[in-house]
Amino acid sequence: MSDGPVLQMRQIRKTFPGVVALDKVDFELRRGEVHILLGENGAGKSTLMKILSGAYQKTEGQIVLDGAEVEIKNPKHAQTLGISTVYQEFNLIPHLSIGENIFLGREPVRFAGLIDQRAILQEAKSALSGLGLTLNPRKSVKELRVAEQQMVEVAKALSLDARILIMDEPTAALTEHEITELFATIRRLKDKGVSIVYISHRMEELFEIGDRVTVLRDGRTVGTYDINVGASLRGRPESRSKEGAHGGTPLQSERQISKTELIRLMVNRELTELFPKEHATKGAEVLRVETLCTKNGLKDISFSLHRGEVLGVAGLLGAGRTELARAIFGLDEISSGSIYVNGVVQKMSSPRSAIKSGIGFLTEDRKSQGLVLPLSVERNLCLSSVDKFSRWGIMHTSEERQAATRYVEELRIKTPSLDQKVVFLSGGNQQKVVLSKWLCSQAEVFIFDEPTRGVDVGAKAEIYQLMNRLTASGVAIMMISSELLEVLGMSDRVMVMRGGRIAGEFSAGECTQERILQCALGE
Amino acid sequence: MCPRRIAVRQHFFSHYGRQLGTLAGLMAMVIVLWALTPHFLTISNLLNIAEQATIIAIVAVGMTFVIITGGIDLSVGSVLAFSGVVMASVLQQRIPLPVALLVGLGVGFSCGLINGLLITVGRLPPFIATLGMMSVARGAALMFTEGRPISGFSESFRSLATGEVLGIPTPVFIMITVYAVAHFVLRRTKLGRYTYAIGGNEEAALLSGINVRLYKTIVYGLAGMLAGLAAILLTARLNSAQPIAGMSYELDAIAATVIGGTSLLGGEGTVVGTLIGALIMAVLRNGLNLLGVSSFIQQVVIGSVIILAVLIDMALKRRGK
Repeated sequence: MSDGPVLQMRQIRKTFPGVVALDKVDFELRRGEVHILLGENGAGKSTLMKILSGAYQKTEGQIVLDGAEVEIKNPKHAQTLGISTVYQEFNLIPHLSIGENIFLGREPVRFAGLIDQRAILQEAKSALSGLGLTLNPRKSVKELRVAEQQMVEVAKALSLDARILIMDEPTAALTEHEITELFATIRRLKDKGVSIVYISHRMEELFEIGDRVTVLRDGRTVGTYDINVGASLRGRPESRSKEGAHGGTPLQSERQISKTELIRLMVNRELTELFPKEHATKGAEVLRVETLCTKNGLKDISFSLHRGEVLGVAGLLGAGRTELARAIFGLDEISSGSIYVNGVVQKMSSPRSAIKSGIGFLTEDRKSQGLVLPLSVERNLCLSSVDKFSRWGIMHTSEERQAATRYVEELRIKTPSLDQKVVFLSGGNQQKVVLSKWLCSQAEVFIFDEPTRGVDVGAKAEIYQLMNRLTASGVAIMMISSELLEVLGMSDRVMVMRGGRIAGEFSAGECTQERILQCALGE
Repeated sequence: MCPRRIAVRQHFFSHYGRQLGTLAGLMAMVIVLWALTPHFLTISNLLNIAEQATIIAIVAVGMTFVIITGGIDLSVGSVLAFSGVVMASVLQQRIPLPVALLVGLGVGFSCGLINGLLITVGRLPPFIATLGMMSVARGAALMFTEGRPISGFSESFRSLATGEVLGIPTPVFIMITVYAVAHFVLRRTKLGRYTYAIGGNEEAALLSGINVRLYKTIVYGLAGMLAGLAAILLTARLNSAQPIAGMSYELDAIAATVIGGTSLLGGEGTVVGTLIGALIMAVLRNGLNLLGVSSFIQQVVIGSVIILAVLIDMALKRRGK
């Protein structure tokens, strides 16, 4: 078994109208390695992988597979070449069984076009057991846990004889335990000689599972580095000299690398500390919730929030954190209790009334709930302030434009113009547009639901900085987060929820990971 | 981190590029027909085309609003017939003309509001709600007239079809006014902003504090009212209100909207495009008639043009990505 390159992508260039997404990117994949692809949102990771999986066509460059140049025409063609992708969003059909999903579109048939159910079951079973899974292939996919669904995706890819497997943030929706299972599967695949391209934002994972890492920044290759001592001892692949000859430099810098170095390479600036928390002066009470109960499970919630304060809300999934945000924002019906904003009781009957009383809600899923994707940056930014910019129903477009220009500059939103559709912005910039929307509607209480989920390190730091600026300007923040470090790093006060109730409250000083977890678990 | 330059001016091409394409298609069609039949490009024939386009064009304005919100309105043809016959019976009661016209608009508006309420409060899919209304309004028109047309109106009413304003036939003048107002509403008013936002992402619109139910209902009401306006012009032109009027107008209106570049998925579209779409259909019908093409072949041609226009539109959009 040689570990020469299975795949080389050389000098790949991809342009979209008005944007260069990739510029002279080099990427090499060896047999049986886990190769991490690292970079901020918008660095070009997804674009590069979409070219490899046939979803996009490269503008320039070469793709060499097993020493022969190939043109990957479409996703189907990529599959026949042995390249499969496991996407973040699964492409499984919930009502079909595991076996039917694995063989979707290429069902084995008996005479008269009838599907050979027995063959499906047998082959699905062997595909699953090859991954060390004991799932019943008759089970329908909708009954599976997220992690199990992902395994089915992997099994599906392997049953297509994939030699190259692209995994895009495979652990985003998994629990600790499930991640361990996934990693065991990945190691088994490596032993079988499958090469894996692994996209992730989580640094810890990269050192646990990766062999090499390639860092992309602003559509260019920064370099390829070894992670494992073991891997680097096996010697250099023969193709190295050729790599250097056509002008690409990245592979020459191959060497061991540390976490801090990687972060620096990704963002090209030192992150002195991950959580740049600044404590603002605590002002008057702006939000008070008293004995709030809702029909969907919140019980007897009371707390208050002051200007300049960040209140972290921790808890396990299903503890009622998002439900609390929804109730305050007028989305869920309140059965008893009251909400005061600036000392005045407010009836939160709809988001409209919540916004009017000065509340802004940055939802967890910005694409489906925060933004109107086909509309422009300006339209999205002004969406919750249309009343402010109109008299008698007629818009004052110059005022809109002024406000939009101001926020785009203040928050450094990277966009070619105010008329750019937000769908074309990167995740971090989309998040900033949502934030601007609430700044524009002059919210005084910002509810952040998982503000940095799916956002890379650089954009994270920027979002934290924005939080600091918000609190400094006298705004109050309620931050729901599942990342304990984030809760600890950014909160002035932490409230822990469990089973729809408040299970405990800690000041920043007395707060530790252990205490929060104990409280959330009820031990 | 990167040079910050924000383009502040709206680019004419980025906003109207799509419409320029459709307009080019219309022009090409005009030139070809002009070459084939000299009579095509005469003032009288062009006015003739504009008059033929008015009814569908006005119905299509409402349709464009509805489709931008991500909905559909299959009932406009039937609503047109129902508003027409109710107004006609009022006209024959020696009631002042303006009152009768308001009744026509009001009936259309009410039918549209019912559609809107079924969709927003009743949570029915727009397709189902308006499919039901299509049948109900048609049946109501037939019941109301016992299946017979109502004919014979005053000269002043008929002048809505035969008169002129500023040298332009009145119906064409009304159509232009409707388009100017609709364009303004979509581009420069709160209702317009919300129409696009609701169609682009209803949940995000709700979470941004938009009263989604209210504005959706208004949009369907508007579509019904414009069907009422079309009914007035059609009745005046024919000097007769027929319970079977407006059959399949909803499909022509959808076709004009879609040819004009409005996406059935919602969130994008313009009335300028829809006007060009309606004109393309009218030019095509007129040209084929002048060329003596049989009406059977005409249907094939028109259907093909609809498919072709949307194919080209989608190809252009894909390239833009």
